[in-house]
Amino acid sequence: MARLTPHNEQRARDLIALYPHPRSALIPILHLLQEQDGYLTDDGMQHAGELVGLEAAEVQGTASFYDMFHTEPVGKYLIAVCTNIACLLQGAYELLEHAEERLGIAHGGTTPDGLFTLEDAECLALCGNAPCVTVNWRYFGDVDREGFDDLVARLAAGELDGEVPPHGTLCRVRRSVGLAAAGASVHGCGGPVPALAESSRPGAIADEPTDGVDLETFATTPAVLALDGPAPSDDRTEP
Amino acid sequence: MTVTGAPRIVTRRLGGPAPWTLASYLDDGGYDGLRKALSMTPEEVREAVNVANILGRGGAGFEAGRKWGMLAKSEPVYLTINGDESEPATFKDHMLIETDPHMVVEGALICAYAVRADQIFLYVRGEFALGLERLQAAVNEAYAYGAAGGDILGSGWSVDIVVHPGAGAYICGEETALLESLEGKRGYPRIKPPFFPAAVGLYGAPTVVNNVETVSNLPWVMRNGADAFAALGEGRSKGTKVMALSGHVKRPGNYELEFAKVTFRDLMFDARLGGGIREDRQLKAFIPGGVSSPWLGPQDLDVLLANEKIAEVGTMAGSGAVTAMDETTCIVRAAWRIVRFFHRESCGQCTPCREGSGWVEKILQRIENGQGREADLDLLMDVCDNISPGIRWPPAQTTICVLGPSIPPAPASGIRMFPDELLTHIREGRCPFPPDRLPGRVAHV
Amino acid sequence: MSDPTPQPATTTAGDATAPGSAAGHTGREVPVHLAPRPVITESAVGSPPPPVPRSPGEMVTVTIDGRQVVVPKGQLLIEAAEAAGTYIPRFCYHPRMKPVGMCRMCLVEVEGPRGSTLMPACYNPVADGMKVSTTSEMTKKAQDGVLELLLVNHPLDCPVCDKGGECPLQDQTLAYGPGESRFVEEKRHWDKPIPISELVNLDRERCIQCGRCVRFADEVAGDPLIDFYERGDRTEVAVFSATHPFASYFSGNVVQICPVGALTATPYRFRARPWDLDQVESTCTSCSVGCRVAVQTSGDQLVRKIGVDCDPVNWAWLCDKGRFDYEAVNSPERLGAPLVRKDAELVEVSWAEALDTAAGGLQRAVRAGGGANVAVIGGARLANEDAYAWGKFARAVLGTDNVDAQLGDGVPADVLLGLPRATIDEAASAPLLLTLGTDPKEELPVLYLRLRNAARERGLQIVELTPTRTGLSRHAAVTALHRPGELAALVQAVTADHDPTGDVAGVAAGTIAGIRAHLVRAWQEAPVRRGRPAERPSIVVLVGRASLAEGDAGVRAAVAAFSGLPGVAWLSGLRRGNVHGALDMGLAPGVLPGRVGLDQGRGWYESQWGAELPMGRGMGTAEILAAAARGRIGGLVLLGADPEADFPDALHAVKGLAGARFVVAVDSFLTDSARKADVVLPAATYAERRGTFTNLEGRVTHLGAIVTAPGVAWPDWMIASELAYRLGADLGWSDLEGIWAEITRVSPLHAGVDRVALAGAAARDGIVVPAGDGGAAIRPPRPLDPMADPGIASAELHAVAPTALAVDVPPVKQASEEERAPMPPMLTTPGGPAPPPVPVEGDAHRLVSRRSLWDAGTWVRHAHHLSPLARAASAALHPDELADLGVAPGDALLVSNDRGRLSLPAAADPSLPRGVVAVAWNAPGGPASSLVDASGRVVTVRVEVAR
Ligand SMILES: Cc1cc2nc3c(=O)[nH]c(=O)nc-3n(C[C@H](O)[C@H](O)[C@H](O)COP(=O)(O)O)c2cc1C
Ligand code: SF4
Ligand code: FES
Repeated sequence: MARLTPHNEQRARDLIALYPHPRSALIPILHLLQEQDGYLTDDGMQHAGELVGLEAAEVQGTASFYDMFHTEPVGKYLIAVCTNIACLLQGAYELLEHAEERLGIAHGGTTPDGLFTLEDAECLALCGNAPCVTVNWRYFGDVDREGFDDLVARLAAGELDGEVPPHGTLCRVRRSVGLAAAGASVHGCGGPVPALAESSRPGAIADEPTDGVDLETFATTPAVLALDGPAPSDDRTEP
Repeated sequence: MTVTGAPRIVTRRLGGPAPWTLASYLDDGGYDGLRKALSMTPEEVREAVNVANILGRGGAGFEAGRKWGMLAKSEPVYLTINGDESEPATFKDHMLIETDPHMVVEGALICAYAVRADQIFLYVRGEFALGLERLQAAVNEAYAYGAAGGDILGSGWSVDIVVHPGAGAYICGEETALLESLEGKRGYPRIKPPFFPAAVGLYGAPTVVNNVETVSNLPWVMRNGADAFAALGEGRSKGTKVMALSGHVKRPGNYELEFAKVTFRDLMFDARLGGGIREDRQLKAFIPGGVSSPWLGPQDLDVLLANEKIAEVGTMAGSGAVTAMDETTCIVRAAWRIVRFFHRESCGQCTPCREGSGWVEKILQRIENGQGREADLDLLMDVCDNISPGIRWPPAQTTICVLGPSIPPAPASGIRMFPDELLTHIREGRCPFPPDRLPGRVAHV
Repeated sequence: MSDPTPQPATTTAGDATAPGSAAGHTGREVPVHLAPRPVITESAVGSPPPPVPRSPGEMVTVTIDGRQVVVPKGQLLIEAAEAAGTYIPRFCYHPRMKPVGMCRMCLVEVEGPRGSTLMPACYNPVADGMKVSTTSEMTKKAQDGVLELLLVNHPLDCPVCDKGGECPLQDQTLAYGPGESRFVEEKRHWDKPIPISELVNLDRERCIQCGRCVRFADEVAGDPLIDFYERGDRTEVAVFSATHPFASYFSGNVVQICPVGALTATPYRFRARPWDLDQVESTCTSCSVGCRVAVQTSGDQLVRKIGVDCDPVNWAWLCDKGRFDYEAVNSPERLGAPLVRKDAELVEVSWAEALDTAAGGLQRAVRAGGGANVAVIGGARLANEDAYAWGKFARAVLGTDNVDAQLGDGVPADVLLGLPRATIDEAASAPLLLTLGTDPKEELPVLYLRLRNAARERGLQIVELTPTRTGLSRHAAVTALHRPGELAALVQAVTADHDPTGDVAGVAAGTIAGIRAHLVRAWQEAPVRRGRPAERPSIVVLVGRASLAEGDAGVRAAVAAFSGLPGVAWLSGLRRGNVHGALDMGLAPGVLPGRVGLDQGRGWYESQWGAELPMGRGMGTAEILAAAARGRIGGLVLLGADPEADFPDALHAVKGLAGARFVVAVDSFLTDSARKADVVLPAATYAERRGTFTNLEGRVTHLGAIVTAPGVAWPDWMIASELAYRLGADLGWSDLEGIWAEITRVSPLHAGVDRVALAGAAARDGIVVPAGDGGAAIRPPRPLDPMADPGIASAELHAVAPTALAVDVPPVKQASEEERAPMPPMLTTPGGPAPPPVPVEGDAHRLVSRRSLWDAGTWVRHAHHLSPLARAASAALHPDELADLGVAPGDALLVSNDRGRLSLPAAADPSLPRGVVAVAWNAPGGPASSLVDASGRVVTVRVEVAR
């Protein structure tokens, strides 16, 4: 039952400053709350409402529209198994069944140790690597039963802590600057542009830790990149 | 190069080491397109985009240049990039955002310059955690490099660019729902008229909403010229298109192909592309443009991948997502899963969509479970007809947005193409197919 | 539904009075000293929104079901069709809210260039040449389909549903829907009704997600305490949590507009079935806004009030106090028999004995000291006819001018009655509304809704001069918080001939300059023509008392100052029931019926009444109580008045009642004051007697009767007549109609507004007096719509509203010069000069005491669902001051002065300036009146920590 910490409240205010209207920052602030508490607490939603000028009922109304927001505690790892068409065609329901057995919970449930929550998800947009799974929205493609068991074991062992932050943490890269252009927009220019001009730089957002997230170390699978196999030789093939 | 020898435009840089970094991007001539644009007037940029005739890649296929031309004459103007990609079986924007975020940023900046936008919002599907991180990093780098913020690249032009995460709601891909969501509200699509955000958009101000892939074409168009782009493709469908191929093909994935030059057959069977149906089975049916689109069968394989050609056979190119289903596919199960998706994702404003999606799902579930009745086929069609009168494509609507009319295509295609299979379910009181199997591949963990 | 309105109904209030744009007007007259000049930056005062475009009145031709009709351009198709006699079914659409086109029930086939399409009629405006079919196959299939789909998840528990029998879903299913449902699956399940507030229950299974309630809460009431939760067919209406209920003053409206039985009112649940209901159209008497209502009964018990859509007044809305106050009418504690004090006890007696005793006592008092020795306090609860009867009785029979309908808590009648009045529509369409601190949200709730709407939708600018923030402050362009007791100084600065050089009354000079700029802008927008009244007022001043912890000097000074400015019209903020009717009927010292001065009207009324009238202006309530305390009042009549509770100075009231030698209380409840009376006469309330009512605009409307009064309670006019009879006088009538006939004959204010005019269908929304210009206020009403007013139409079958049957008679004709000739003139200027400023001295804190909707008043106390809503009294201070005192909210504070002391829990209010303590008026557990003295100075108090 927590409001935003002073540090996070400042982050929320920085978010609000990015938009023409405070309410626009509501969803980013709700993500921030989930990062802080793992889910949305009543106090947190009220705090969000105070910051953007809404009644708590409106904050809840907005939050509840979106699947990623949870108003009840969820496990440290939210495992979402896609069962939509592309994954279904590759056996996603069987994988989901297996996941339920492996974790000992039905989808929608949380393991008693509070480690895992299992969800039956809609298309996660990794259809080239079906069936796919996300853990706290970190992607794992071409998952079979053994792969799933391995994933769960490594999560439980903390081996993937670097790649998969606890539930709620979405984007670990913080915006480094505030708004810079406000009111400075000059339209209708045109003409030669110097190769690398030193232009006025906006100041960095105050008291933001420079995040050392190494974006290259993720073990997650980016969406399949095709045409990287055997080099295309000639034109079209006859069927 | 694509299979037709045309250059790759938006997937050009993919496959190299860490293509998402600024250093890598600059090595490939990054931000030269923006530089080029800034040396032109916004009118000239718009004219170039008109010549290139870039069709929207988000689903509706509306010419980008024409959309920009409809902007109401008032200030401020906003640009919103639609990166909410949630149409099942579509996974191209996900890839572009994760692997080449600077291209998306540069494309957005060129677009913003052309439409004189005062601020850019990159609305990214909330589930794309890595994409959000890479895109935010790219935006940070772009600011540091001087390509975003004040006095961009010394041109005197300024614009801010904000990465905005969604939070899990398919409907927010619909452009007016996206704007509501961006305003911090429930993602309810806005009722039309006004028909276009270009007239009344974010906070009531004129707003351009373009898809990630749409604007990703802009840097290339700026650097290589609109004519080079327009030289690719055919008719209305110019340039290239990323096709997201999934389902029962041997090589699912994203393939950038020249527009209007390649057929569905090529896409699914060419060894360099889909490589044929898994285990060389028979193709039973395929979904040509995302799960909203009416299905096609083997007889339609020679249709060219061009928006207008696909429209000619009563369906749509949509977001460019093709899903192949082989002979082992249970049509009822496939249709059920698609309708279940719309049921879960309906925003709930319109009675036909809200209640109809659930009802159709329940009927299909009943049939799949062997509890169907023969009258259910008529019932299904009639409920579908109440959601989208006539069950045709492009659809008639009883609803505010097109999610509602996207419910009927799957069940209606199933009934029209495979009536016997549904009747078998009903008469035998069970599903005649074995459950789908897991593929024999190893997970990347 | 039976209204044969010939022309399309206009739906937007005020359009009829709204002139075109102000641009290009000539002859603008702005007082020299306030002439436009750059004064202040916009940001300091909030920039005005762009002007609302007004429709130029262009007409277009559309074809509806093959019939060509001519309708105003831009009108919604659903409205245009309805005006043309074609009803299109609907759920989410409500004529008083913005269309959202969600439910899709109103889909109709519209022919377009690319073939026919289905369009929601509630959302699309008509366009010239449009061809619409509401009966085509396509349309019928859509209607049928939507209804079947709506029933997919609807429980069909109609037999146990409050709405059953008057349910739009039922009715429209019958009319437009499928014969049977093909849905055989399991329906959605939710816990059956859950309370979302003390007054409203929610049954989510029945909800059809039309969004009316959620939209009402946000768009109309401004209390978005309910919202949709989840999405798709899991969507439900929800409050945030049990600790955040739907505590809106307007919550009952969502019950009224819910088209199914999802929202039900706790006080009404299972009390009646619609087909057992009888109803009568009436006016709410809970405050002076005078909302039109349908009062409904089952078995001679009031069970429900529903707001009627009265275009110039309440737009179908009611506040919860008005909606549920009928519980007090039903209260077992109502007085049903006359009481007479015998051996110090009040005992039940017959009417004859009680009247004899009362008449005897009053007669003795008159004999002993003449008319000046008797007095009549109260009358705001009375109908117009009752008030007239009592006024005539007092002046012509008792011979006293000591009559006062107000309890020292309002604005002196001679100040108010001479002011040019504005209607609510005029206030809403004026460029500027200036308030003298009245908080309409607490005191005149539906007026608040109208003003809020005007501020949000029509660009009305609101400037508040107030000691503390009000419910309106959120919508005000400027809220100038002045120190309590210093309104006069602030007003002087605002109307002075130069901008102030420094702060005045605690208000920054820049703010005052900003207010002055607003005045100038208002004159520019609605120019004042030289020598002629304005087409519409430039500035409407809402005049009332902000705080009861000071006298009325500030308000009087403000009236004097602003009435000197051009283009100003006034809206009275007096809140008590029919107080305006009582004042118009002469229940005020020095004022005769029809807003006529005592001296100017003496000759006329003596000739009409055949009696001598008292010489010299009589006393008002404060003076009467003072005189009584000194033993100078031999006979005192309390007409539904409870001075002990309502007079601002409790000690003064107690002493006065104790000192009055003989007290007659005419009341519906045995109030604290009535307990001290010698004779108590039981009076009938609204719904038990007919009559007319006058709202704060001067709008005269009907009060309908539908139940019998408890025991032998009588209408007040009968009591006056009987007392007069016992004193040897005949007031000259035998029934209500006789009284009204006399009023329209003798009162210049009511000339022409006779029974026939009032009964006319054209007067359905009442008639604003004086009814100049042939009754300018009259507009054709919107026909009853079972979807907009569920509950009214279906019950109408059983009891027809009095006006629904009324013959259509020509509107009020202006009394001709000859007819008017002998009548005395009405008051035209506010009486009395501005009083000198009242010095402030005494203790460290100034007290502010304002009314709140839920209080310990008689009616709230006796309505058992309302009484728990009243919040216990507290002493509110700025949080910094609480910190200085070292107390937290909830800790006990001692608030005291030389009059009294109150121990109250502390409350924090960051909007209060330092040095001000706020204690709500008449809150349970904290009679602020015990700290107030009647001398009129602002009350100062000591605030200490209770040990
Ligand atoms: C239900 C629905 C979902 C949609 N989802 C997306 C989406 O995820 N991404 C997208 O770019 N467009 C989506 N669209 C299309 C957008 O409304 C819009 O047409 C598009 O973003 C415009 O960009 P474009 O012109 O560049 O294609 C969706 C439309 C509908 C009706
Ligand atoms: S069609 Fe469905 S998703 Fe679209 S607005 Fe209507 S209810 Fe919402
Ligand atoms: S959509 Fe028109 S009344 Fe609901």
